[in-house]
Amino acid sequence: MVGNLAEAPVLAGAAIDVRDVSHRFDLDGKFLPVLSRISLQVAPGELVALLGPSGCGKSTLLRLVAGLEPPTVGSVKADGVEITRPDPSRVVMFQDPTLYPWRTVRANVSLGLEARGLLRSQGHRVDEALQLVGLTHFATAYPHQLSGGMAQRVSLARALVNDPKLLLLDEPLGKLDSMTRVSMQKELVSLWQRSGFTALLVTHDVDEALFMANRVVVLSDRPASIVADITIDQPFPRHRGDAGLTDLRREILGLLGLDVDW
Amino acid sequence: MSSASSVEADRSYADFPPVEDVRAGFWHVGLAAAATWALAAVVIQMLPDIDDFERTDLLAQIAGGIAALLLVATLAERLFRFTLPSKLREQGAWLVLISVVLAAWELVTAKYTILPRPFFASPQALLEVFTDDYPRLWDSVWHSVLLLAEGYTIGAIVGFIFGAAVGWSKAVGYWAHPVLRLIGPLPATAWLPLAFFAFPSSHSASEFLIALATGFPVTVLTWSGVAGVNKAYYDVARTMGANQRFLITKVAIPAAMPSVFVGLFMGLGSSFSVLVVAEMMGVKSGLGWYLQWAQGWAAYANMYAALLVMALMCTGLITVLFRLRDRLLAWQKGLVQW
Repeated sequence: MVGNLAEAPVLAGAAIDVRDVSHRFDLDGKFLPVLSRISLQVAPGELVALLGPSGCGKSTLLRLVAGLEPPTVGSVKADGVEITRPDPSRVVMFQDPTLYPWRTVRANVSLGLEARGLLRSQGHRVDEALQLVGLTHFATAYPHQLSGGMAQRVSLARALVNDPKLLLLDEPLGKLDSMTRVSMQKELVSLWQRSGFTALLVTHDVDEALFMANRVVVLSDRPASIVADITIDQPFPRHRGDAGLTDLRREILGLLGLDVDW
Repeated sequence: MSSASSVEADRSYADFPPVEDVRAGFWHVGLAAAATWALAAVVIQMLPDIDDFERTDLLAQIAGGIAALLLVATLAERLFRFTLPSKLREQGAWLVLISVVLAAWELVTAKYTILPRPFFASPQALLEVFTDDYPRLWDSVWHSVLLLAEGYTIGAIVGFIFGAAVGWSKAVGYWAHPVLRLIGPLPATAWLPLAFFAFPSSHSASEFLIALATGFPVTVLTWSGVAGVNKAYYDVARTMGANQRFLITKVAIPAAMPSVFVGLFMGLGSSFSVLVVAEMMGVKSGLGWYLQWAQGWAAYANMYAALLVMALMCTGLITVLFRLRDRLLAWQKGLVQW
């Protein structure tokens, strides 16, 4: 949508500016505060992990950035423009694959192009996305025939086909078995390094955040506020046993109040 | 990558030795069915009838013909290398039972009159209806199907659109819900006196009633299908730039289709009963009218024949609906087979 970056697709990430955002839910007339004065700047091409206890409001923050809901107070901007509604340049990958069961794998991946009327002119991108996640042979399968990991890969392909400037990952690996999760963490990192999009990763897994992110933003219990913003300088590809990460893990667990239990 | 996968494929094929020519054995049940059908033919032909029945010979020929076909099929499968359809083989026990029931029915009606006439018609009397009165019977089937198709199509389309609107739009739901609750459960047949009075012809009145009977279940189940769509499906489409039209036609409606088909099935069932009542009460054609006419003449054989045809018509239409569903909802797991 913003034309001046069209010549440089290598650095196609969006800059995100969350400023003094507070948010609350209206539950049958009772207000439930979810976010409290959150300010967060993300530079183009960064991969920032939002880490916090379960139910603290991380996913809500992601929904605000996606434009699925407006914040109660404050402003959320992408590349300096206020986010008022969803846009294909900001794609969400949810915890559940949320594939449409009535569509084949290929038709699921085509969804974004079809919704914008681009399927006829840019249909080749569907095949490229399928190849990227290694599911070319399953193009005609229906979702109920796929394993959990494969379904989540389809969900990833469905996001990537839109060529997003910002990928919003809402615990996308949370329901996968641990082996699939480890290999998909690695794939996501290498994909992110190659494509140059900005990514926000919501997770409650400290190791996942340390393995994948440039920065880890630690959130408090609900209503969530930012407790710490930690930059991780370790080069990629990382390994779980890296010495620098061990210290960071202890520090972050301490911030979450879990260091004595680890 | 491709060479690696082809090697893998070779190895996985090697796990399965080539399938040997597995052929079903001799069809013993088929031979038994041939024997029981031949026995039924003998009973029909050889024992004297209690009265002059026109079609006793034809009935015996049909039973004998079935026996001969079964015998040939059973032996030919044995002698020549060809396989009978497995569906036919599975029905072998039914073939035996039908011949036994036919012979028993023949004995208690046409041969010994253990069951009182004319309420219990003999098999050949039924056959006579099909051979002698088929123009009127066919005409009735044709008119019934036509009337049903018109009313059902209108009801299904209106119900689908209305149900989708109620499920999608809060405003439509606000106004439609109380009306649906009040009017919907009313049996369509209760409108019959009013409809025959208000509509110019009994045909259009019946069309309206059938549409009403179909429309209510289709509306409610389309509504519930659209309202019950996983909200995350909308989020996914919205983040990818979908507009309202896309959300309705490509998300809400496909997701609601399993529920819509339940409504279409229920609507078809209630449309049958309205059809028959309407034809008995006012329409001067159709199977309902034929039943009424047969009763007036105490022509019980005609009545049984019409009931049989009606049963075949109803089950045939439901089969068509289920085939359509199987085709459209192939993506679903565990569909009920009809």
